[in-house]
Amino acid sequence: MLCPARQLMNFWNFVAQNKLEIADLTLEHLWMVGAATLFSIAIGIPLGILITRKPALRKPVIAAANIVQTIPSLALFGFLLPAPWIGDRAGRLAVLALTLYALLPLIRNTYTGIKGVDRAVVEAARGMGLTDWQLLSKVELPLAASVIIAGVRVAVVISIGLATIAAAIGAGGLGELIFRGLAMVNNDVILAGAIPAALMALSADTLLGWLEKRLSPPRAA
Amino acid sequence: MSVIEFRDVSYHLSDGRAILRNLNLEVHRGEILVLLGRSGSGKTTALKLVNRLLETPRGELRVDGRPVSEWDVIQLRRHIGYAIQEVGLFPHYTIERNISLVPTIENWPKETIAQRVGELIKLVGLTGDVASRYPHQLSGGQRQRVGVARALAADPPILLMDEPFGALDPLTRTDLQREFLSLQQTLEKTVLFVTHDLREAMLLGSRIALLEEGRLVSLSSREDFLASPDPLVKKYVEAFGTAAECSAPRGSS
Repeated sequence: MLCPARQLMNFWNFVAQNKLEIADLTLEHLWMVGAATLFSIAIGIPLGILITRKPALRKPVIAAANIVQTIPSLALFGFLLPAPWIGDRAGRLAVLALTLYALLPLIRNTYTGIKGVDRAVVEAARGMGLTDWQLLSKVELPLAASVIIAGVRVAVVISIGLATIAAAIGAGGLGELIFRGLAMVNNDVILAGAIPAALMALSADTLLGWLEKRLSPPRAA
Repeated sequence: MSVIEFRDVSYHLSDGRAILRNLNLEVHRGEILVLLGRSGSGKTTALKLVNRLLETPRGELRVDGRPVSEWDVIQLRRHIGYAIQEVGLFPHYTIERNISLVPTIENWPKETIAQRVGELIKLVGLTGDVASRYPHQLSGGQRQRVGVARALAADPPILLMDEPFGALDPLTRTDLQREFLSLQQTLEKTVLFVTHDLREAMLLGSRIALLEEGRLVSLSSREDFLASPDPLVKKYVEAFGTAAECSAPRGSS
């Protein structure tokens, strides 16, 4: 039977012997998540803003993002494999898939954040002659910032978890250790992938949670 | 000379419901014209048509002799101060930045802005120490004063006010009404003022226009309003009971 202390020692031995590889895979993992987050921010926030301006687009855009989100991740990675240019580079493919998954929380939170700005504040701003761009940049975005960051937070935490599956298509990352451990029926190897991924998710969550709080507008007492 | 002119102005919702019907009204330079009426009478709609927060009424609506549709909408709004009951201060800006936003956007020199903000804070009866505070740190009355200061910031010749004192307790409200009145007598802005409160109308209005279901029922000077034989005016006056008592002293503050 397994003795916990023994188990822990085995685990530490494995980590110590493979620390370079683990560090490598962690970096790779971070890179995938980081790139996907940047892309999804670059696409999702403008889309979220767009649908506050063009109400007719809201349903189709949200529906599309919703549908992407319902595709099982393994299937999405698989679907994208035949795509030219992307298919032959597993890393890019993983980033693309992660970007697509991260879009929904970003679009939705940008939209709700802006829509949630006090109606009277927006009316006063328009009434005093702010242009639409000034309204957006000086009033709506600053006041929606914490809600938008909350969306980024959800997206990042989801991405860190999902990126482990990217190893199934050979994109690397900490998922590689998890899959290898599964194949070897070796818990130490699985944990060497799972624990850094969990720590990464936790620290991203804490950091962005702090940012979210800092950016929330001063509230009435 | 009329600064704001409604000529046969009607406004319909997209479902065809009429909110305003054939409104004819002129607001003269330097007067406070009060649009009086119950909820749903169309008074707020009339106000928002002037600064084009609501668009394209039927009929003709002119500001400074020019149809509002021909104004650049941003220019039009910067030409008109706007104060509303909910105030709508920017919660992420200090009072100073709230007041100075439009002058800043219009690229006034920094020193002029700072001086202007100081001036306005005094003008609306606040003390300088509020400048660095945030809206949530102020009382309702203080916030409303800031709202008025903000509307006056870029010195617009016209003010639109939608029940700006409606959410205040009666004592604060009376203070602000009297202060606003003396303020207006100094600044000589042209004011279109919406309220459902007859007392407020009697206190502030040079002239009073009563709206009912989107129609102008009566338009008369403050003095003649209470004596109007119009049954709807009578009904409104009766509902306020002893409102007549409030009409006497004006500008005595």
